[in-house]
Amino acid sequence: MIEASNLTKDYGDKRAVDGLTFTVQPGVVTGFLGPNGSGKSTTMRLILGLDAPKSGDATVNGRHYRDHPAPLHEVGALLEARSVHTGRSAYNHLLALAQTHGIPKRRVNEMIDLVGLHDVAHKRSGQFSLGMGQRLGIAAALIGDPKTVLLDEPVNGLDPEGIHWIRNLLKGLAADGKTVFVSSHLMSEMALTADHLIVIGRGKLIADTSVEDFVAHASQKVVLVRSPDLARLQETLAGPGVSFETAERGALEVLGLTPEQVGDAAAAAGIALHELTPQQASLEEAFMHLTKDELEFGAQLEEVVA
Amino acid sequence: MTAATPAASRVPQLEHTGRVTFPRVLLSEWTKFRSVRSTAWTLAVGILLTVLFPVLFATVTSSHWGQMSPQDRANRSPLDIALAGVNVAQLAIAVLGVLVITAEYSTGSIRSTFTAVPKRLPVLWAKLLDYAVVSFVVMVPAVLISFFASQAILSRHDILQVSFTAPGIARCVIGGALYTTMVGIFALALGAIVRNTAGGIAVFAGIFFVLPPLMFTLPQSWNNAISQYLPSDAGRQIFALQHGQHTLTPLAGGLVFAGYCAAAIVVAAYLLHRRDV
Ligand SMILES: Nc1ncnc2c1ncn2[C@@H]1O[C@H](COP(=O)(O)OP(=O)(O)OP(=O)(O)O)[C@@H](O)[C@H]1O
Ligand SMILES: [Mg+2]
Repeated sequence: MIEASNLTKDYGDKRAVDGLTFTVQPGVVTGFLGPNGSGKSTTMRLILGLDAPKSGDATVNGRHYRDHPAPLHEVGALLEARSVHTGRSAYNHLLALAQTHGIPKRRVNEMIDLVGLHDVAHKRSGQFSLGMGQRLGIAAALIGDPKTVLLDEPVNGLDPEGIHWIRNLLKGLAADGKTVFVSSHLMSEMALTADHLIVIGRGKLIADTSVEDFVAHASQKVVLVRSPDLARLQETLAGPGVSFETAERGALEVLGLTPEQVGDAAAAAGIALHELTPQQASLEEAFMHLTKDELEFGAQLEEVVA
Repeated sequence: MTAATPAASRVPQLEHTGRVTFPRVLLSEWTKFRSVRSTAWTLAVGILLTVLFPVLFATVTSSHWGQMSPQDRANRSPLDIALAGVNVAQLAIAVLGVLVITAEYSTGSIRSTFTAVPKRLPVLWAKLLDYAVVSFVVMVPAVLISFFASQAILSRHDILQVSFTAPGIARCVIGGALYTTMVGIFALALGAIVRNTAGGIAVFAGIFFVLPPLMFTLPQSWNNAISQYLPSDAGRQIFALQHGQHTLTPLAGGLVFAGYCAAAIVVAAYLLHRRDV
């Protein structure tokens, strides 16, 4: 279990994480979503004690990470930035990690086999491809058989087979009762892997919801409209939590309103509609809509989900 | 390089549950130290320089002895010849000391290191201890070889022969190894403070190679009063046989240099504990 309470971090004038409060539960895969620069990696470093928060607190399994006598048995982490000496082999990198906890060499070989790096285990890791480096990072995260797994964009650089593998791996870990916290900026990837979602934007919490609810909510509120007077229609419909996407000529996708709301608003303003069709928004669209004007819509989603 | 082989999807369980202890961190740091190429290379260069300079110096002295003026001959000290390499080798030892920590920052492996040992300070102690032991163990034979090799080359010149057991000689020879070891410790602490390889080496070179000559721009009396307390001048007394009016004794010099090392370590530890990685 990971608990963050009011977590805040500044880098100079820049607020990277802004009052985040959330709990990551064991037994499920929790996706950690947000656009580039929204503070996902920073949050993960704060949880691991690599960076110190300006205020607030993060604990793992009830303690600050730093206070665990055997941290690798508590948390396994894959960080975004490369965390391996380029001149050292995968085997020696894992061995050095294992030795800090007295973990036997057998486990090092087990992990190398698990991630499929057997043939290159004794080569300098600086020669690894992006995906191989990622696999080594995953081996390092799992070496202590941790109760909690924290992975920052694990699919980054993996081939389709690797992505499929990590998806199953994460589900397997959750099924074993572990806490699994995985960041991504790909909503579609998370929809396939995660059970629960924590969404942030500009360092703030936008949504803390099950994937099911998110998907149900997302698909409710996209409406395709056709009208000779799209510009005026767009003006009329504009408001907090509403966004637009231009479809083909003369058509508009409205996100954040029901077909009823769109139709009534158009009638009230005397705008003719030639088409009004409820649509399935892609998850990616829903996610982009959600993070576009974070806060307003965030509040709205929580209402809907609650 | 071939692509990764297919991977299994179930994580095997681990029966073992151990906690982080200092001996374990020490072993882990040792594994890291021995498993990069720069370690062996830099130590080899250190040994080579320590031995090569005295051998060359002794060979040239021996072959030119006939042509040398009495003045020049009087200026030749067998111990200076035997330890001529120490001043050069210290740079190799310092570079490796800096690298032991800064390479972790430049490659990012420091994040793995501090994830495994989040209390951080045991890592610094382990690196210092591992590196001190290694550099001492490597440098002792190097200075012994330098001493006996240069003596053998100079065997025709009775005036340049000294016994290892003569007063102060063994202290100076072993002192050469002790001095370089302390240089390594000092450099490692500098590296931990600066966290950048080029920066760490530059600061070290500044303190040991730029600061001392700079002192000569000061009025003579100031220079005499201050220079003896510089890390380089104080440290050098550990392997100097003669001591002038404006130099410290070997013990006092050694203690002053140890004080600088301790101060650098304290600053490094404080920053390591406080700063974001
Ligand atoms: N060490 C640092 N120093 C200064 N600024 C930083 C640092 N780390 C992160 N930031 C800033 O904090 C913000 C959050 O960055 P972070 O890397 O946590 O985002 P992210 O959600 O992981 O993004 P991405 O999806 O691109 O990985 C960004 O604006 C970034 O520029
Ligand atoms: Mg990131």
